[in-house]
Amino acid sequence: MDEKKIEKQLSLPLRNAFQMSVRNLRIRFGRSIIVTMSILLGISFLMSIFSSNAYTNALLTRGPEDIRLILEKSAADIRTRQVWLVSLSLLVCVVGIVNAMLMSVTERSREIGTMKCLGALDRFVMELFLLESLIHGLIGSILGCIVGLFIMTVVFLFQYHGLVLRLFPAGPLLWYALLSVLLGTGLAIAGALYPAYVSARMEPAEAMRREV
Amino acid sequence: MARREAIVRTIELRKTYMLGKVSLPVLKGIDLEIFRGEYISIMGPSGSGKTTLFNMVGGLDKPTDGKVYIDEVDVAQLDAYELAWLRCRKIGYIFQTFNLIPVMTALENVMLPMIFAGLTTDEAMEKAKGLLETVGLGERLHHKPFELSGGQQQRVAIARALANDPAIILADEPTGNLDLKTGKEIIELLKRMNREKQVSVITATHDLKMLDVSDRVVWIRDGLIERVEDRENLDIKVGQVEGE
Repeated sequence: MDEKKIEKQLSLPLRNAFQMSVRNLRIRFGRSIIVTMSILLGISFLMSIFSSNAYTNALLTRGPEDIRLILEKSAADIRTRQVWLVSLSLLVCVVGIVNAMLMSVTERSREIGTMKCLGALDRFVMELFLLESLIHGLIGSILGCIVGLFIMTVVFLFQYHGLVLRLFPAGPLLWYALLSVLLGTGLAIAGALYPAYVSARMEPAEAMRREV
Repeated sequence: MARREAIVRTIELRKTYMLGKVSLPVLKGIDLEIFRGEYISIMGPSGSGKTTLFNMVGGLDKPTDGKVYIDEVDVAQLDAYELAWLRCRKIGYIFQTFNLIPVMTALENVMLPMIFAGLTTDEAMEKAKGLLETVGLGERLHHKPFELSGGQQQRVAIARALANDPAIILADEPTGNLDLKTGKEIIELLKRMNREKQVSVITATHDLKMLDVSDRVVWIRDGLIERVEDRENLDIKVGQVEGE
């Protein structure tokens, strides 16, 4: 049989796939919240570290003399600590997000097996989980960014009062925000796609047998 | 006498599961022919291999050895796309646990295989409505699975199995989770579909109520076929569940 022709005879239009994904998120609301929270927490931690960097650097480079002197004394320490904190928060992100996505996909193994019995190509299953994880990732990351930035801004406001708002490092913060959203969304997709791929490729009998 | 067309054929079919280092042979060489339009039941006790045979015959799993031909096509030779096409268009599946998509309504569940087959949403909706009416659920189109009883869910599953006018319906213990009365209704419905739509029905079951409606019965034990009986020759002794 001509492979291309057979493939064309099976389809999942994007509109249907999107509808199914959104429906899944709305109805499995509890599970969606947990997954989104995982992403949100990871990204807010990351973004708070980033914001702290941005504010500290703004103070270091453009702040008044006295503050700069204090900060410069511990500049080297700050640098090292920043790198360590960013790495740690990235790790927290990865573990938290991937775990949430893994669980979310595995508990639907039977559903995946059933869909394959109805003629779904592996590709369709992947598409559905891609859309769902994209939505989770975007919402969780954007909210996480806002939360992280907000918290760190409050912290710095307490310490340095109005100075922080005058020196507001819009550029670096925007860049960090973009990076965080990309990272969070990317991790969410990666975290869901691998288990989805494993489930999609299984023979339906095996997928439906999986104990959750 | 015209030679009847075999829609499913197995030759020396074997399946062995590997549990770590231990190998567990479940099917030990099955030769079976199933003809177009037949209603055939595969019967046997728990652990006899009937679900495994069912999975082989339905292209849900690959054999360890031997061959399975569906409509004269060797299933092992099919690639992923062709298998998906087979499951979409040629075969309809019914399971003991109904396996409906929980977030979709009855109507949407029946529409899903049609969407895969390329029908537009409107076409699919029309056809799905018709099928649900045929199985007696015209009033329950927009109910979700958890709002339906077991019997009703199985009816939705039957409607879904018929979505793309398949040649074969495979039912694995369709009455396993149903009470006596509901089980009978489901069996009647399957027989009616077999007659009206000319679709071959293959069930794996240990429900003796299925014997009445079957054209042939395949008794399987310990991974081998014990015997195959035509309906006229069925000898049912009350109280002997294993049909010895």
